Amino acid sequence: MALEFRDILLRQDDFTLTADLTVPAGRHAVIGASGSGKSTLLALVAGFLAPTQGRLLWEGQDITAMPPGKRPVSILFQHNNLFPHLSVKQNIGMGLRPDLRLNRAQQARVAQVLDQVGLSCLGARRPDALSGGQQSRVALARVLLRARPLLLLDEPFAALGPALKAEMLALLAQIAADTTVLMVTHDPADARAFAPDTLLVEGGRVHPPRPTGPLLDDPPPGLRAYLG
Amino acid sequence: MKSILIPALLLATPVIAQDRVLTVYAGDSVTSEWGPGPAIEQGFEAICDCDLQFVTGDVLPRVMMEGAGTQADIVFGLNTDMTARARASGLFAPHGQDTSDLSLPIAWEDEIFLPYNWGETAFVYDSTRLENPPASFAELLEAEDIRIVIQDPRSSVSGLAMLLWVKSVYGDQAGEAWAKLAPKVLTVTRGWSESYGLFTDGEADMVLSYTTSPAYHIAAEEDDTKRAAIFPEGHYFMAELVAQVAGTDQPELAQQFMDWVLTPDFQATIPLANWSLPAKLPQDDWPQVMRDLPRPDTTLFLSEDEAEALRAPALDEWQRAFR
Amino acid sequence: MAAGLPLSIGHAIAGALAALILGTLAAVAWVAGGLSGLTEWDLRAVWFTLWQAALSATLSAALAVPVARALARRRFRGRGLLVTLLGAPFILPVIVAVLGLIAIFGRNGALNGALEAVGLPAIGIYGWQGVILAHVFFNLPLSVRLILQGWQAIPAERFRLAASLDFAPRDIARHLERPMLRGVLPGVWLAVFLVCLTSFTVALALGGGPRATTVELAIYQAFRFDFDLGRAAALGLVQIAICVGAALLAARIAIPAGFGAGLDAVGGPPAPGGWRRLADAAVIAAAAAFLLAPLISVTLAGLPRLTTLPPEVWQATRRSVLMAVTSALLASGAALALALTIARGGARWVEGAGMLPLIASPLVLGTGLFILLRGTVTPQQMALPVTALINAAMALPFALRALIPAARTLQDDYGRLAASLDLRGWARLRLLVLPRLARPLGFGAGLAAALAMGDLGVITLFAGDNPTLPLMLYQLMNGYRMADAAACALLLMAISLALFWAFDRGGRHGA
Repeated sequence: MALEFRDILLRQDDFTLTADLTVPAGRHAVIGASGSGKSTLLALVAGFLAPTQGRLLWEGQDITAMPPGKRPVSILFQHNNLFPHLSVKQNIGMGLRPDLRLNRAQQARVAQVLDQVGLSCLGARRPDALSGGQQSRVALARVLLRARPLLLLDEPFAALGPALKAEMLALLAQIAADTTVLMVTHDPADARAFAPDTLLVEGGRVHPPRPTGPLLDDPPPGLRAYLG
Repeated sequence: MKSILIPALLLATPVIAQDRVLTVYAGDSVTSEWGPGPAIEQGFEAICDCDLQFVTGDVLPRVMMEGAGTQADIVFGLNTDMTARARASGLFAPHGQDTSDLSLPIAWEDEIFLPYNWGETAFVYDSTRLENPPASFAELLEAEDIRIVIQDPRSSVSGLAMLLWVKSVYGDQAGEAWAKLAPKVLTVTRGWSESYGLFTDGEADMVLSYTTSPAYHIAAEEDDTKRAAIFPEGHYFMAELVAQVAGTDQPELAQQFMDWVLTPDFQATIPLANWSLPAKLPQDDWPQVMRDLPRPDTTLFLSEDEAEALRAPALDEWQRAFR
Repeated sequence: MAAGLPLSIGHAIAGALAALILGTLAAVAWVAGGLSGLTEWDLRAVWFTLWQAALSATLSAALAVPVARALARRRFRGRGLLVTLLGAPFILPVIVAVLGLIAIFGRNGALNGALEAVGLPAIGIYGWQGVILAHVFFNLPLSVRLILQGWQAIPAERFRLAASLDFAPRDIARHLERPMLRGVLPGVWLAVFLVCLTSFTVALALGGGPRATTVELAIYQAFRFDFDLGRAAALGLVQIAICVGAALLAARIAIPAGFGAGLDAVGGPPAPGGWRRLADAAVIAAAAAFLLAPLISVTLAGLPRLTTLPPEVWQATRRSVLMAVTSALLASGAALALALTIARGGARWVEGAGMLPLIASPLVLGTGLFILLRGTVTPQQMALPVTALINAAMALPFALRALIPAARTLQDDYGRLAASLDLRGWARLRLLVLPRLARPLGFGAGLAAALAMGDLGVITLFAGDNPTLPLMLYQLMNGYRMADAAACALLLMAISLALFWAFDRGGRHGA
């Protein structure tokens, strides 16, 4: 269960991202200054951006040219994780069948995960009728339903208060127990609490994972300036 | 024997009817429900054992563009003043009718284009709004406080007729005449209907129309306040014409149609459907309303060659007056 | 990463549009055996076209500012309805609008009656004044809409900040409103200018002869009366050249995009009291009177004979509605495919092709199609399809303007989410694109339907035996039946507005 970046180079206008590393199974934080390339890294793994050169492998299989929807990946963005014109149930159901032609068993699965994230009576609502925390739960329910082995988090909980964020991370830890996670974060405390290892992204270069605690205790100069 | 024949006939009849289709290109005002088209279709189909099909649109441009490949057998509703270019196309065949005793105010010697109706240009006014209409063209030029609407000679046949009317009356002085007329012109519209609408809305005191226009108001609305001002200088002749296409695939039918146009059967429908005068019908057979209309003493008409030669310079004169 | 299907459809439509517009022009020139030289009068027409469009655009934009400001800062009962109604002239069939304008501003109209009663000199609407009055009538609503959106786009926080700094209305104008207007007005001006450049029927109906001949009218005359196809094609090229020049100008100026956006955002600038209150009320009342009085007069003139219209009129109505709805579906479908392609960063020529119909001459288009289709099908059979197609093409740029920003937002906000969920093809269209773009789609479809409904049949080459409603109106007038024609005009107006309303409403409902 490993994600391999083989000699990857991604050029976008005047920005370049390079990565040559292996990410083993487990939970990883992705830390780096603004503009260092964290989101680009996630977009690369999710398949929104194609590398200029190099290959991306998952469990030894080349996924460099695979379309986003076919990858073994789920992703949560900072905003717009839910379609506002679809109900909670429909939003979750998309995790099973994007065209929403769900059979009975699949509908039962949707109800089950709704229950699992504690929203069983809100299935008919539209996202704008939910609180921020509830919206995050819906997005997590879909992740649960999709059950992809690799989960990318692009600061989806940044807008939540500290208590809610902790709650979401706990829920995440519960539903993504066997999942490899890459979590972009600005908050060292989140990284320490959630991710045993951390990928440092510096000026467009992705460093191999290092244990989170020691890295944050004795950060390299660039990271130190960023963390303050 | 009988039992074999009847189904055969039943089968054969529609085939024959479909074979004999006379395609008539005609202007929009002809084929409209309120034009002479429906009566013509009914009248001819009653005698021809064929299907007369109208094709509506800009008749002349379309025939010219289609050239020899045109589907038209008959072209209906061409105008005097525009025959030169139509003739030059060589698309049309002689009508083969005797035109020596037509009920027109002018002699007709054209062997290709056959008139089926006629009238003259005139300014129409409302006697309740304009109590002292000008009694002559000269008075119109000098009249104060009269607003007239006319049609654009570049887009309307009546507008072109007016151009030639002024040219016929004033000759080399036409430019000056237009200069006097121009301030009285409220607006120049694309076609006759816009002008006439402005007149009936009370926007203008007089409208460029036809000597026969009052007949509609008298016959259909019992309103005798709309009148044509009759000028001693004369009025310009306009006729609508029909011609058969030389390359027709229905030469007999087309000829039969041409033969029918001047019969009383056809001509009697013209006055009240077309609101114009019939080309060949004794005056005694005209509807009363048409017989009662005041007639001008003088009818002006330029030959095809004269009209074609004058068109461009007269248009230039006209445009300068309105510049 | 993008789904392949709509992308290729978008490119195909853009290519077909370019071929349609440029191919028809080429066909006309080819039949003519080349282009003919232009006369002195043609050059005058070019000049008139330019200055009337410039003056119309300037007046529309200038008059729209106080109206938009008054509407932006006042809240009153019926405001929403008024804003909707004020949009009506833009989608009114030209012939109907002209009848209404004459009833109000004509020599014998209501306004001059009132002026005479108080001893003031009469005003004239014939000739170029009429063309400009009509253009302002059509485009003032468009300008008000666009400028009003500019006002509503100023964040409410800024007005609150201004209030906390104790700004007087003139300070607000200087620091908040004028910068907004500087940004918005050039685009508004250009949009109206482009619309007026190719306006054809207004000059036809309100005319005024040689003094008020536009290029499009000159094309009509060259084609119809002189049968000079070479001159028609040459004039068509001149028209395109003028518009391309204007479009190059447009590349520097951003045309505001929010044709279809909502207008009932909360907030807005503060509402000052005193004389400004009265002035705003007067401005709103004057605009409403200017824009609505002609509509009311058309209604009053048409009502008496509406129920006794002959059956042919109702047949023509059915035909026209069918044609208009077809046009609306074609236009919105094509606009959707183009907008999605553009939103995905499609080549720049795709957007250019989508805007091409704005600069094309419908007459050249119709004639070219006639030439190209000749021999394959009979023109009668093609009459309604061709009218539907041409009107769809003509409405496309407006629909596209409304759709592109929405499609871009859609792509930015949900493109990646949809891709990551493997939402593609029909499912993407059904579950994401249509619901998210329903509003601008409905607006564009409504606009196309209304424009098609009012089409005057400039392509009379194709006219079959089946007149549309506007053609029927002319037939009635040609048969001296002016009262029936007035009723027909009312019918035409009512159906055009109803079609627009139904599509627009459908879009809002679906959103």
